[in-house]
Amino acid sequence: MKVPVVDVRDLKTHIVTRWGTIRAVDGVSFTVAEGETLGLVGESGSGKSMTCLSILRLVPRPAARIVGGQVLLDGDDLMTQSARQMQRIRGKRVAMILQDPMSSLNPVFSIGMQVREPLTSYHGLSGKALASRAVELLTAVGISSPAARLRAFPHQLSGGMRQRVVGAMAIAAPPRLLIADEPTTSLDLTIQAQYLRLLKDLQERHRFAMIFVTHNLGIVAKMCDRVAVMYAGRIVEAGPVATIFAAPRHPYTRALLESVPRLGAQTEWLTAIEGQPPDLAALPPGCAFAPRCAHVMERCRAEEPPEFALEAGHTSRCWLDAPA
Amino acid sequence: MSAALLEAEALTKHFPVRRGILGRPAGLVRAVDSVSFTIEAGKTLGLVGESGCGKTTTSRMILNVEAPTSGAIRFDGAPLVGLDRDGLRRYRRGVQAVFQDPYASLDPRMRVGTIIGEPLVINERPSASALRRRVLELLDLVGLPERAVELFPHEFSGGQRQRIAIARALALSPKLVVLDEPVSALDVSIRAQILNLLRDLQKRLGVAYLFIAHDLAAVAHMSQTIAVMYLGKIVELGAAAEVALRPKHPYTQALFSAALPLDPGERPTEIILSGEIPSPLDPPPGCRFHTRCRHVMERCQRDEPPLAPESGRLVACHLYPSSATR
Repeated sequence: MKVPVVDVRDLKTHIVTRWGTIRAVDGVSFTVAEGETLGLVGESGSGKSMTCLSILRLVPRPAARIVGGQVLLDGDDLMTQSARQMQRIRGKRVAMILQDPMSSLNPVFSIGMQVREPLTSYHGLSGKALASRAVELLTAVGISSPAARLRAFPHQLSGGMRQRVVGAMAIAAPPRLLIADEPTTSLDLTIQAQYLRLLKDLQERHRFAMIFVTHNLGIVAKMCDRVAVMYAGRIVEAGPVATIFAAPRHPYTRALLESVPRLGAQTEWLTAIEGQPPDLAALPPGCAFAPRCAHVMERCRAEEPPEFALEAGHTSRCWLDAPA
Repeated sequence: MSAALLEAEALTKHFPVRRGILGRPAGLVRAVDSVSFTIEAGKTLGLVGESGCGKTTTSRMILNVEAPTSGAIRFDGAPLVGLDRDGLRRYRRGVQAVFQDPYASLDPRMRVGTIIGEPLVINERPSASALRRRVLELLDLVGLPERAVELFPHEFSGGQRQRIAIARALALSPKLVVLDEPVSALDVSIRAQILNLLRDLQKRLGVAYLFIAHDLAAVAHMSQTIAVMYLGKIVELGAAAEVALRPKHPYTQALFSAALPLDPGERPTEIILSGEIPSPLDPPPGCRFHTRCRHVMERCQRDEPPLAPESGRLVACHLYPSSATR
């Protein structure tokens, strides 16, 4: 077993709302090793983005609060670092790419200023070394005529180009852990293919661990080594990508995989998941998926299933997988 | 060949671009450039392509919110251009739309019953009891409970709101519904519900769809025919299974290879296009795709390939003999 770069243990983040306290992240644990990619899959509100923000301790305060758990980055617990130390960790040891590049880039500063900023503050570069490193980074993410692009402003670049700039800033350090939160959702298909390839190449070069948040199962199949499926703040199933796709165990994972139309499949009807995504402020007792589950049993409505270990790194939170 | 419900012939839309305070014309965006296709009654035409390819402009011309620069739309055999007021009213009743974002397309201050009934009130002036009967019928059709009538849109989830939008589109029993990205704003677990509902409604009501989406697998699943657009042109048009599984145009090939398979074991030869989508303000000469094409030849930079028959579909590419021997 490889030593994990990041080891998340029993992470809990709660959000206080008018309707009560929402357990947005409810006891999430996982590890990601060097050069490995973990896919974090789930619907909106499943807690995947909140998990990522919690790792960086960037949850929207005061409403949201990390109430428990540990995040070990190369052995250091991020939850016990001072605010000042955290600031040095973000961007340097842990980098993040968000869905909308415009929310990561400041519209009133040139690309050059924004790419150079972390290089100055984290690496103490200046003068010629700084200028050439900035060009080098843009070249590394496949931006043509980088010197000219550095003088441009974000609005002058296309969406794919902007996301590449964000990628360049993310790998500046290079980081030990890269969190990519739906980085290609706002990109066109052929541009998405380019960007996914780029992320893979960068990972091969820098060997960072990657957490890839997406709701697109196709991207998981293509990009990830392992996958964790989230539902209502919990990881309901986790395991190697090949196993999860070939032999999913949790009824939610199974339903999710079956509900997606496939190219080449001549099916008349899709297998739809009945019901609506859960209301986090009013979760049922027992298993959160029980109201929509095709295999629901008496027990599911009363008792919340714990995590059951199946074969080789495959876990499932379902009473169906309880050892007999 | 079954009856054509809607025919688009050489449909073209150019938008002038004006610059400066005097608004001097500075160029022309060829958003849609001589596009022809047919939608058959009760069938689905899928329209795919990336941003800026002209699929939304095409749908806006069909919805008659944008007048074509040239070309013609014929609906039930009658050209749209010459229609008088009554004719236009009939056309609008026959062609309805469902949009991407059910949060933006429903008036938050109207009750669901009023939203669904509004097209009926405007067009048919039914009696109160007839209106109520029809609204309840529509709610039942899209799988919403009767009590939804009294509620407001914010009391519904995204998937349920899209059902409301579908019920409203069906209120006037249209023959064609334009579906512009109808499931992309919805949660993954809800998409299959809505796609199944749309298919079921098509079976029961015989309505035709123009299905616009960037999820290629969903388009292939829903459509009988697929048209692939690139920079205002149709580059490939044919039976859905053929276009999706055995694409001929290099752009279609790249597009469908970028559509992600759901099997981690199966990683087909991936074609990654270089470069970005050129600006429609200044499309490349010759074949518009030649700047990104793997098979680019000299004549591609000069001559624009016509859309010509090839292996049972239409392809606009110089690679294929039928267009070379034209």
